[in-house]
Amino acid sequence: MTKTNENIKADLFTSDTQIKKARLAKMDKTTRRTNLQGKISKNMILLGLLLFAFIILYPLFWMVVSSMKSYDEIYNNVWGLPSVWHFENYATAWSMGISGYFFNSLFVTLVTIVLVVLIGSMAAFTLSRYKSRWIDVALIFTIGGIMMNPQVALIPLFEMLTWMDLINTHWALILTYVAYRLPLTIILIRAFFLSIPRELEESAIIDGCSEFGIYARIYLPLSIPIIVTTIVLTAYFAWNEFMFATVFIDSDVLKTIPSGLMNFRDALRTDWGVLLAGMVIATIPMVILLVFLQRYLVRGLSEGSVKG
Amino acid sequence: MKEGARMIARRNRMIPALFILPSLLFLGIFIYIPLVQNFYNSFFDFSVFSPTKEYVGFSAFEQLFADKVVMTAFINNVKYAIISVIFQVAFALVLATILEDKLFRRIAPMLRVIYFIPVMISISVIALLFNFVYNPQMGLLNSFLELIGLGNLTVPWLGNATTSIYAVIAMSQWQSIGFITMLFIVAIQKIPKELYEAANIDGAGKIRQFFSITVPQVKEALFVNMLITITGSMLVFNEPYILTNGGPGTSSMTLSVYMYQQGFFKDNMGYASAVATLIFVVTAIFALIQIKVSGTGKDE
Repeated sequence: MTKTNENIKADLFTSDTQIKKARLAKMDKTTRRTNLQGKISKNMILLGLLLFAFIILYPLFWMVVSSMKSYDEIYNNVWGLPSVWHFENYATAWSMGISGYFFNSLFVTLVTIVLVVLIGSMAAFTLSRYKSRWIDVALIFTIGGIMMNPQVALIPLFEMLTWMDLINTHWALILTYVAYRLPLTIILIRAFFLSIPRELEESAIIDGCSEFGIYARIYLPLSIPIIVTTIVLTAYFAWNEFMFATVFIDSDVLKTIPSGLMNFRDALRTDWGVLLAGMVIATIPMVILLVFLQRYLVRGLSEGSVKG
Repeated sequence: MKEGARMIARRNRMIPALFILPSLLFLGIFIYIPLVQNFYNSFFDFSVFSPTKEYVGFSAFEQLFADKVVMTAFINNVKYAIISVIFQVAFALVLATILEDKLFRRIAPMLRVIYFIPVMISISVIALLFNFVYNPQMGLLNSFLELIGLGNLTVPWLGNATTSIYAVIAMSQWQSIGFITMLFIVAIQKIPKELYEAANIDGAGKIRQFFSITVPQVKEALFVNMLITITGSMLVFNEPYILTNGGPGTSSMTLSVYMYQQGFFKDNMGYASAVATLIFVVTAIFALIQIKVSGTGKDE
C-alpha cells in the first residue's frame, strides 16, 4: 500500500518534472518566436514612423530648395535640385515687401506680448490672492472668455473698431489679440500663483512691502517659467494669426506676415522662387522658437489645451 | 494714526480691483460686447457702412434654415470633424503611445520635434505650400502619383468639386497631428510606470496594454482633445478660405467662410451675423462640455 503510494508519488514527481521541462522548452520557443516577431514588428513600426516623418518634412524641404530655383525649374523639374542656386530670391523677397510685413509682425507681436503678460499677471494676482463674491464672478467671467471664438465676434469687432477709428491700424490687431489671449493666460498664471507659499508674502508684509511690491518683487520673479510659457504661446498666436489680420487691415504697408503673404503672392504672379523665399522667411522665427523653447511651448499647450 | 491705518487698508482694498480692471475691460469690450452685439445684429438688415439698421425679426434665421449653402457648409464642417477625430485623435494617440514606448527611446525625441514643426508654421505659409502640392500641372502630389505609375489617379485636387473639401481636410491633418500627439505624450508621461511593469509580469502584450492601461489612463485627455478637435472643425476658416475660398462653387464651403463671404463680399451683414450665431450655438455646446470635463481654473 505504502509502496504504491510512493510509486505514485514518484510517478507524479517524474511527470511533474517532465511537464515542467516541456513547459520550459515551450516557453523558450515562444519567447524566441515573440522576440523574432517583436523585432519584425519593431522595424515595421520604425519604418512607419520614418515614413510619416518624411511626409511631414519633404514638403518643407521642397519649399526651402525650390525657394532658390527659377520659375522654369520649379515648373519643369519639380524634384531636382536647382542647377543654379538663386540665393538672390531671398534678397528680392525681402526688398519686395516681406521686410515690411516682417517688421509689422514683429511690432504687433512684441506689443501684444508685453500687454498680455502685464495685464494677465496683474489679473491673475488678484484672482489668486483674494476671495470674495466679486472675485468669483470675475473668475467665471474670465474662464467664460475661453469658450468665445473670434469667428463669432468678427463682424461686431469690425463695426466697433471702425467706430473707434482703429480699423486699418496695428492697434486693431493688438487690442483684439490681447483680449483673446487673456483668458488662457490668466488661468495659466493664476494656477502658478496659487502654488506660491503664503509665508513668503507674510514676511514681506512684515518688512513693509506694499501690495504692488508683493506682486512685482515676489510673485513675478518666482513665476518666470510660466511667464516664458505665456510669452511663447502669445508669440506663436500673434505671429501666425490670419483672420483678424486679413479683415481688420487693408493697407498693404500695415499688413502682418500671414495676411501680407497673400498680397505678396498676388503681386508676384509667377515669380514662385521669390514667393517661396518669402514663405521661408516667414517661417524661420517660429522654428527657432520651437527649437530653443520647446519645453515651455509644450507645457503651455498641454496645460491650456486650446488650439491657437 | 488710526486714520492712516484705515487709509492703507482702503488703498489695499483698491489694489486688487485696480489690478483686475484692465483685463475685465479687455474681455468686456472685445469679447463679450461683440458676442451680444452679434445676437442683436442677427435681427437686422444692414451693410458695412450703412448708418441705419433695419429690424427684420427672425427672417435671417428663417433664411438660414432654408439656405442650401448653409447645409453644404455644415456638412463640410461635420466631415472635417469626423476625419479630424480619426486622424488627429485616434491616430495621434497610437503615435504618442509608440513614441513613448521604451523601444523607440532613442529616436523619439527627434521624431517628436519633426512631427511638431508644421504646428508652428503660419497657416498662410502652409496653405501656399499646399497650393504647390495640389497644383494640377506641376504639383508634388500628382507628380508623385505619376512617378509611381498611378498617373490615372491624378486629379486637380482643389479644382474638383468632389475632392476639394477632402484636399483641404488632408492639409489640416498634415499640420495638426503633431499638436494632438504632443498633448497625448504629456498625458502618457503622467501614467505611473508600475502599471506597465505589472502588466508585463502578467504577460500582457503591447496591444493589450494599450487598451487596458493607456486608453483608460488618458481618458480625460482623450475627451478634451476630441472636443478641441471638434470645436476647431466647426470653426475652421483659414484653411478653406486660403486654399479654395469655398469653391469650386460651394463645394468646400464651411460655416465661417460663408459668414465672411456674406458679410464682407455680399455685404449682407445681418445675414452673416445669423450665420455667426449658428456657429456660436454649435461650438458653445462643445465648449461647455469641455470646461465641465477639464475643470479648467479649478483650485488645485
